[in-house]
Amino acid sequence: MPAMNMIQALNSALDVMLTKDPNVLTFGEDVGFFGGVFRVTDGLQKKHGLTRCFDTPIGEAGIVAVAIGMGAYGLRPVVEIQFADYIYPAYDQLVSEAARLRYRSAGDFTAPMTVRTPYGGGIFGGQTHSQSPEALFTHVAGLKTVVPSTPYDAKGLLIAAIEDDDPVIFLEPKRIYNGPFDGYHDRPVQPWAKHPASEVPEGHYTVPLGKAAVLREGNDLTVLAYGTMVHVALASAHDAGIDAEVIDLRTLVPVDIEAIVASVEKTGRCVILHEATRTSGYGAELVALVQEHCFHHLEAPIERVAGWDTPYPHAFEWDYFPGPKRVIEAMRRAMEA
Amino acid sequence: MKNRRPLSLRVPAPETRPGDEPDFSGVPLSGAGEVARPAIDVRPRDISELSYALIRVLDDEGRALGSWNPKLDPAVMKHGLKSMLVTRAYDDRMYRAQRQGKTSFYMKSTGEEAVSVGAAAVLERDDMCFPSYRQQGLLISRGYPLKTMMCQVYSNAEDPLKGRQLPIMYSSKEFGFFTISGNLGTQFPQAVGWAMASAYKGDDRIAASWVGEGTTAEGDFHHACNFASVYRAPVILNVVNNQWAISSYQGIAGGDEATFASRAIGYGLPGLRVDGNDFLAVYAVTQWAAERARANLGATLIEHYTFRAEGHSTSDDPNRYRPADAWKSWPLGDPIARLKKHLIAIKAWSEAEHEAAEKDAVEQVRAANKEAEAAGTLGTHPPSVKTMFEDVFKEMPWHIRRQRQEAGV
Repeated sequence: MPAMNMIQALNSALDVMLTKDPNVLTFGEDVGFFGGVFRVTDGLQKKHGLTRCFDTPIGEAGIVAVAIGMGAYGLRPVVEIQFADYIYPAYDQLVSEAARLRYRSAGDFTAPMTVRTPYGGGIFGGQTHSQSPEALFTHVAGLKTVVPSTPYDAKGLLIAAIEDDDPVIFLEPKRIYNGPFDGYHDRPVQPWAKHPASEVPEGHYTVPLGKAAVLREGNDLTVLAYGTMVHVALASAHDAGIDAEVIDLRTLVPVDIEAIVASVEKTGRCVILHEATRTSGYGAELVALVQEHCFHHLEAPIERVAGWDTPYPHAFEWDYFPGPKRVIEAMRRAMEA
Repeated sequence: MKNRRPLSLRVPAPETRPGDEPDFSGVPLSGAGEVARPAIDVRPRDISELSYALIRVLDDEGRALGSWNPKLDPAVMKHGLKSMLVTRAYDDRMYRAQRQGKTSFYMKSTGEEAVSVGAAAVLERDDMCFPSYRQQGLLISRGYPLKTMMCQVYSNAEDPLKGRQLPIMYSSKEFGFFTISGNLGTQFPQAVGWAMASAYKGDDRIAASWVGEGTTAEGDFHHACNFASVYRAPVILNVVNNQWAISSYQGIAGGDEATFASRAIGYGLPGLRVDGNDFLAVYAVTQWAAERARANLGATLIEHYTFRAEGHSTSDDPNRYRPADAWKSWPLGDPIARLKKHLIAIKAWSEAEHEAAEKDAVEQVRAANKEAEAAGTLGTHPPSVKTMFEDVFKEMPWHIRRQRQEAGV
């Protein structure tokens, strides 16, 4: 089985689906000939042809709107928004249209489409190339939101998203495109090749939407995380010497409540992590879910570690990013409470 | 020291307001038949003057003139006339239903029926229409059941949209009528995407979409025109310039400095400006655009120059922002009266037949409404509340199932 980084795994997912289903096509800014600014669509135009992988005008609302029309026709478009930070012009099309076609037409029209977009910080991208806007999508009825954390999951989840009959927002943590970044920014970069989840089958497989993964079993504390923060959680649990169970949610909507409840009922303590700003972040929803479902099992207040409520600052990347130091502190608070 | 004149901000305003006499002296009135019909494979840049002309076929005497005359079979025209009559009768009945408290909201298309009905006569049933909220004429001329439309307006148990949509926001894939959004202009680039999909598949279906002149100010209008041009999408992009966007005259959308049809020029699209109250002219330009699209020559932008005879919806009184009875002096007349005059002029129709057709339209609407009301008006016989939780996703996820249980339905 070949070792792939996340970019190669995503590329492979697209390649598999373009080969398998003539109704799948992919497009976006710089996606075609060049293969995308992060190279996720590299070689796909050459292999599958101009009409199946092509460049678009710089107009995110147009890209998404066109995908909706294609979805209504019966295609399965996969569009790339170059950075999640650029998705806001398309927000109306996503919220008012893609998310609602099925409901408002009582199932007559649907928009099976996948919106891929690199997201999150850790690459010195400043405030317009680092944001984590997942809560803007998890708040919308009718959208599924997915965040992979490994090459294996990235490919399987992307294929599942493309095959799904509902619109899926597919957020790709760009800091872990090339390696499993654990938050220790001053240590040497680790490539995916050394990680077991870089073993990615070449053919078709799926990782189901709505299913979390327990990446580290433990008895004392549950950590709920997704994307880059999964790797920060694993490193922090190791370094803190805490018997923490680390759950990678993988899909935020619909979230795998059974996995969350089973773990928190076992540990009685919960720490929730995300890069996104804290206030009204997805972590707030997780806190509420844990409280609603596991209140009588909780032995400590639920902890949240998140990005600060400021725009993402260029010079203060590592003061902003919720790295191991803050995560370990939160774990200790949860253990000592 | 600087010695410059102070700048001043221009805020456009219409020529007339309530209390004034309507003044339509600025309305372009090129004569019927004066504008020549170009070949469909013309280069858009070579017909840019059509964006400022006004394509008209019917003159004041009811004669069809010039190279745009589609020379229609009288049966097609009679179907169009009858569809416009039914549309007007339907609008009147539903407007009254709202006033009687049988529904929350309604929007009439009075005075601009030819825009939808004329296009419907050209498009194939499996072409997809991406309408705005004033194209009920499309459904009516395609033979969609009036009763079903009314059930949607009444949000009753037989509403095919299960009471989820504001009245008039119909949807029917079977009748090539895309689900209407309340957000303006979103359907315009979606129609382009649908058309691109047809081209991608190598099919022969085309798309058409409609927005009001006010909506051309939205970014989605730009995206639609740009993507349609870049990918040469087989789509007809219609701007219904009925002069008013609720209370804002067309100048607020940018219509004072350039025509809406002329927006096409910058995108390299043909931009046609047509007398929207002239059924034959609407038919002719739509046919031109459809032929062009089917010949893989791409999109056309059409400005339908018309007038919204009544309020924007049941929620506004037009006499508060424009001269009362403005429509009565609209120089391009009433689309129904004009087509009727033509049919009588060519001896394919008579006053007696017209009177009978009007009565028949009212009777069709009355009978359908009786049935629809029997199925319930707003609040009297709603769909099952249980259905409120369905169709958010294809499969109901656990959290919505749980909320449905919490709601006790």
